[in-house]
Amino acid sequence: MNIELEKLDKLLDKYADAPGSLITVLQNAQEIYGWLSEGTIEHISGRTGIKAAKIYGVATFYTQFRLKPIGKHLIMLCKGTACHVNGADDIAAAASEHLSVADNETTADGLFTLNYVACLGCCSLAPVMMIRSDGGEETYGSLTNAKVRQILDDIRAKEAAAE
Amino acid sequence: MKYIVKAVIGQGSCGIASGSKKTAAILEAVGIPVEPTGCIGNCYLEPIVDFHFADGSSTRLVKFDEEAAKKVLSGEPLANYIISEEDERYLSGQKRIVLRNAGVINPEDISAYGDYSALRNAVTHRSEEIIQTLKTSGLRGRGGAGFPTWFKWDAAAKAVGDTKYVVCNADEGDPGAFMDRSVLEGDPHSVLEGMAICGFTIGASEGIIYVRAEYPLAIKRLEIAIGQALEKGYLGENIFNTAFSFKIRIKAGAGAFVCGEETALIASLEGERGMPRLKPPFPAQKGYWQQPTNINNVETFANIPWIFNNGGDKFEAIGYEKSKGTKVFALAGKIRRGGLAEVPMGVSLRDIIYGIGGGIKDGKQFKAVQLGGPSGGCVPEELLDTPVDYESINQTGAIVGSGGMIVMDETTCMVDMARYFLDFTRNESCGKCNYCRIGTKRMLEILERITEGKGEPSDIELLHELADKVKEGSLCGLGQTAPNPVLTTLRYFGNEYYDHIFEKKCTAHSCKALIHYDINENCIGCGACKRNCPVEAISGERKVRHVLDKEKCIKCGKCIESCKFNAVVKI
Ligand SMILES: Cc1cc2nc3c(=O)[nH]c(=O)nc-3n(C[C@H](O)[C@H](O)[C@H](O)COP(=O)(O)O)c2cc1C
Ligand code: FES
Repeated sequence: MNIELEKLDKLLDKYADAPGSLITVLQNAQEIYGWLSEGTIEHISGRTGIKAAKIYGVATFYTQFRLKPIGKHLIMLCKGTACHVNGADDIAAAASEHLSVADNETTADGLFTLNYVACLGCCSLAPVMMIRSDGGEETYGSLTNAKVRQILDDIRAKEAAAE
Repeated sequence: MKYIVKAVIGQGSCGIASGSKKTAAILEAVGIPVEPTGCIGNCYLEPIVDFHFADGSSTRLVKFDEEAAKKVLSGEPLANYIISEEDERYLSGQKRIVLRNAGVINPEDISAYGDYSALRNAVTHRSEEIIQTLKTSGLRGRGGAGFPTWFKWDAAAKAVGDTKYVVCNADEGDPGAFMDRSVLEGDPHSVLEGMAICGFTIGASEGIIYVRAEYPLAIKRLEIAIGQALEKGYLGENIFNTAFSFKIRIKAGAGAFVCGEETALIASLEGERGMPRLKPPFPAQKGYWQQPTNINNVETFANIPWIFNNGGDKFEAIGYEKSKGTKVFALAGKIRRGGLAEVPMGVSLRDIIYGIGGGIKDGKQFKAVQLGGPSGGCVPEELLDTPVDYESINQTGAIVGSGGMIVMDETTCMVDMARYFLDFTRNESCGKCNYCRIGTKRMLEILERITEGKGEPSDIELLHELADKVKEGSLCGLGQTAPNPVLTTLRYFGNEYYDHIFEKKCTAHSCKALIHYDINENCIGCGACKRNCPVEAISGERKVRHVLDKEKCIKCGKCIESCKFNAVVKI
């Protein structure tokens, strides 16, 4: 597996011996690679002396950690209570249908990963989704099915134009 | 237009999501100095911009997005965007202690906050004196359980240990609540100062803020605030030339609702899976790394500086019976004016929902309000005059909780709500206790069955039985309270369960399996629905009322979306 280990090693220099920093290490590693591969986990295990099985246990406990690569744009679609009451299920269905992916899946072109989350803290603008990409994150509120399709199409078009 | 000296723009998450950064860019481009502030509270009016004029006056503009800014700059009168009197009352009807600075000051500028006068004063007192003031104030924890704060501080102060810790619980896991986010984004220093006072009182020199990962802006503002406080000497070594040293660091959570529970939070801080453990020992005795640890919620800490600046008795004078001070509520759901409302404890639910929140949106009928998130319950119309204090709300079967208030109208199905929350808690159960892990799953299956029209008469009894067992058989608050949404909906909306099970009907027209679509006489035969139907379930000539084939229909809703004449209905 080809991973740029340099950045990860720099991180591990700082944290490898600090007790209790496994979650911080995983968060930072995910920041570097976008996800946690088997290779990454094994490398962390080797440097910290924490068993890979235990690291896997921690990584699967928390929803933040991803064991699969993600697309260029991560769609965090809120299914929190306020959004649920305002029709988040329909919005989710529309996004899922428009991209032909289910929760936690990535589109074939690698452009989008769809992720259902519980509350982004913008409940008064429900239904809400946040899209995270290289340029940072953007939050979209008061969604309708049509608006979701439009937002996704706009991103697609922008990406196509950039190519 | 009068000369604008500066524009103060609400830049909490909700403001930014509504486009306040774009507004800021437009104004900056024409040379108007722009200053950020936190969440003002009227989230439904974002972007909110205050124009300050050369003569010292100011004007609040609402829904002032990019378009609006462009129009005003090219001559449209400001008056079109000035906040209405009714909307102004949203704020004037509140009593702001926790949110005293949110939406007022620039959260990225420590001088706007002040000079940590409460901490400056506290370090000249003995620990017992501080605890006495807290006791007088009657402050109770705002994280959900309402435990007296002085008692926890006292226990941690008396506990013996080499190193003690102060932890701020900013995990805000209730999906649909955003009070803590707004405090952290809008007034981070009040939380830092509260933590430092706690550190001095219990003898800790290190504080940790556990913030949920979904709040990147809160983390950024806290980082800035900590840096500025260190620079000023309000945090760090020998604070105010005393022997007291205190530093604070941030730990980002990794997404697990159960980590809001204090013992799970500690496990997570230690880099482990966030599984709760048995209490006692309480964190005050054995917490982070087995050392005495005091954990409080964000809002609890944000109250502390006010109490020490104004006196415990002043705080005690606000509120109700055994619940003192104010509480911040996050109003959301089917409410007209959604946002943050801070009110004295003891105000009625009705006053909050109708007085401040303006009632139900789109002219619909109120059905219930959900308090306390997945651990709480639904309160029906007839109990709306219940005062919000810990004891009264507990009597309804709900809890004050952390302050989430989700308002529901006639289109919300209460069985589906119960299903929704059970789905959430089942998902978030850490799996340690059998009843919580499997019991919630079995309860969810029953609720799913009911909402799909396959409920059986014995299901109600089964739900009650499982609810009791899950409550009894769980170690932590997650399992102990998980059945509450089911129990309260059974209690107040039993008729809806009955309709689903016996009549196979969902009166809210929300459960897909129990409704069907139809086209009524409003139809003018435009053909929009027919074109958008993915399964060709709609037929009809142009200009003639269309017909919908219920056998073919998959209830995807595309026809409803495309119809401009309200002719497609759910029945
Ligand atoms: C499942 C569960 C989730 C919780 N989530 C939170 C939370 O998100 N924020 C919080 O402050 N307290 C939460 N609590 C309560 C904490 O365990 C703890 O009581 C609180 O942080 C103490 O602070 P306080 O005394 O200032 O309220 C949760 C409790 C349980 C059982
Ligand atoms: S419930 Fe969706 S943002 Fe809070």
